[in-house]
Amino acid sequence: MAEGMPTLRVCALYPDLMNIYADRGNLLVLESRCEWRGIGFELHASSLGDELDPEGADLYYIGGGQDRDQRLCALDLAEVKRDALHAVAGRGGTILAVCGGYQLLGHSYRLGDETLPGIELVDLVTVRGNGERLIGNAAIELELEPGELRVLAGFENHGGRTHLGPGTKALGRVLAGHGNNGTDGLEGVREGSVVGTYLHGPLLPKNTWFADWLIATALGLPDPLPALNDDLERAAHAEARRASGV
Amino acid sequence: MTLLAAKVFAARAVGGIARRTGRRGGTNLPGRLLIALEPDAIEELAARLPRGSVVISATNGKTTTAAMSAAVLARAGITPLRNRAGANMAGGVASTLLSASRGARIDGELGLFELDELWLDRVAPALAPRALLLLNLFRDQLDRAGELETIAERWAAVVQALPETTRLIVNADDPLLADLGRDAPNVTYFGVEDRSIAVPEMQHASDSKHCRRCGTEYAYEAIYLGHLGRYRCPACGHERPKPSVAAEEITLHGTRDASFALRAPVGATPIQLPLPGLYNVYNALGAAALCLALDAPLQTIAAGLAASRPPFGRAERLALGGVDVTILLIKNPAGANEILRTLVLEAAPLNLLAILNDHTADGKDISWIWDADFEMIAGSVRRVTCAGARAAELALRLKYARVPVDRLHVAGSVSAALEDALAAVPRGELFVLPTYTALLELRDELASRGHVPRFWERQR
Repeated sequence: MAEGMPTLRVCALYPDLMNIYADRGNLLVLESRCEWRGIGFELHASSLGDELDPEGADLYYIGGGQDRDQRLCALDLAEVKRDALHAVAGRGGTILAVCGGYQLLGHSYRLGDETLPGIELVDLVTVRGNGERLIGNAAIELELEPGELRVLAGFENHGGRTHLGPGTKALGRVLAGHGNNGTDGLEGVREGSVVGTYLHGPLLPKNTWFADWLIATALGLPDPLPALNDDLERAAHAEARRASGV
Repeated sequence: MTLLAAKVFAARAVGGIARRTGRRGGTNLPGRLLIALEPDAIEELAARLPRGSVVISATNGKTTTAAMSAAVLARAGITPLRNRAGANMAGGVASTLLSASRGARIDGELGLFELDELWLDRVAPALAPRALLLLNLFRDQLDRAGELETIAERWAAVVQALPETTRLIVNADDPLLADLGRDAPNVTYFGVEDRSIAVPEMQHASDSKHCRRCGTEYAYEAIYLGHLGRYRCPACGHERPKPSVAAEEITLHGTRDASFALRAPVGATPIQLPLPGLYNVYNALGAAALCLALDAPLQTIAAGLAASRPPFGRAERLALGGVDVTILLIKNPAGANEILRTLVLEAAPLNLLAILNDHTADGKDISWIWDADFEMIAGSVRRVTCAGARAAELALRLKYARVPVDRLHVAGSVSAALEDALAAVPRGELFVLPTYTALLELRDELASRGHVPRFWERQR
């Protein structure tokens, strides 16, 4: 770590359970891109039963898991970590939730007779549809800064259909794939620095510009961060877009 | 001509046309047509096999284990009828039975069928197997297969419906599978009994870490491969059953071969395996347990395993000009990790050609490459050529595994990539790591250079 440079402190929620779509890749990209810029990096985990310190990290990450594991995490989030995550959002901390983790940011996730509690950080509900899972390559267009349109490419695989409440902003607009529910053309959610998305694949290796935005946002650094040699990163992004047909 | 015979004739004619026109679908098409004409065709044709059938399923190792079992059975004087590598869904099995049918008889004495893990419940009952060998369940092709636990539930239903006469043969080291055997009336367990080859910690992408009965995390005394090992549930006490067929004193020799002592109720014998890695020790153990259930003598098993040859792209070796080429199929994190583990044992710096496709048979979701521990080889790589539909992301994965960027090369087609990789290896060895459809492309490319026969001509 270079002199005077900050350290990105990342807290991974339930990395032993919510890791099904190679969520490790997202963390690895954050770590490497910090290191290559001389930014420090610290990773710690918070799992079932662990109290969560709302000041303990700059970026909180939660990935996707199998149904049973997601159920365990939903209950733990609601009982143990809910208040801390509200405190994180309240102080403008950064949260990235992918797939199963994204579903738990809202009010609830209804699966047939059972309803998993959400932590109600954003106004959305998720319902397991009777139809097919929504699976495939996907791309969305988003506007993080006014007038600046960028593309995220990835892969989605979810049984739940997520519907945003009125006034809640999606992360982006679906260019290819299904998005939140396969009908309204919206994907993910974003409220300030709280981001939820169904895009995995994993997300950040395919979209390193977005990883950099998360790092800058979490640390309060000017975006964009100093450039790296991203030839392979750009080529992988282009491949992922091509796979989705965009 | 009976009605079934007429349907067999019609379906076979279609297969002949498909094959002559060089279409890959020639493997499955006639069988699918036969099933459309006669839904009970598998059941009716399989019933003609004088020694019945046995079935093998797993995420990893189906084809290799079937090949090993065939090598043993041939030495035991039993002619097996096998489905071809990858033709392991209903259409492939029906095609195999179809092409072996001779009037009211059938070529081959014993059906030896590998079944796709998602097709086990749909095809196994029709085959009424004498023995069912379940090797492992790993995270694989989530876009196609869905969650592991869903597959386990389907397998559990198959196991529950087995008649007492069917011998269930299960990997004791895989907690998910061992649990399936718990209430089965006729079960044999196999497993590794050698703590010296345990790994210090569980690999990242491990599954089934929690007790299937009570949800508590298993405590492991030893971890051998992925989530395979010696485990016990601290809450409900569910623990690894003692295997009656076991591998002891295991020695692994890089990407070349392996040896171990096979212990079974009928005795013990040393095994020299011409295939590398602990994953092939598991395959050999499964094959041995299966052949023991078919009453093959221990010495025949040792001789058959020693003579087994790697099937199609599974540690297959060939010479290309002055370069020794080894082809190592990769398709999911657990399998890839075992390949990487054998590569690390190589002394010389590694020259690699890695090919990542994202077609249906590969899994369209390539996230699994981020679950595989490519970090293992980061310090051993001299040069990697990356190819395939997702070549750049594969190169990116290696970059983030900390392979120096100047050692990474992205090529276009498989043909160009092979040229590039060979040109960069002055002499010595090249290891090729293709996904499934990339392996098919590689085969065609090698065939066009006159090196190996097209795979559907290799076996019957």
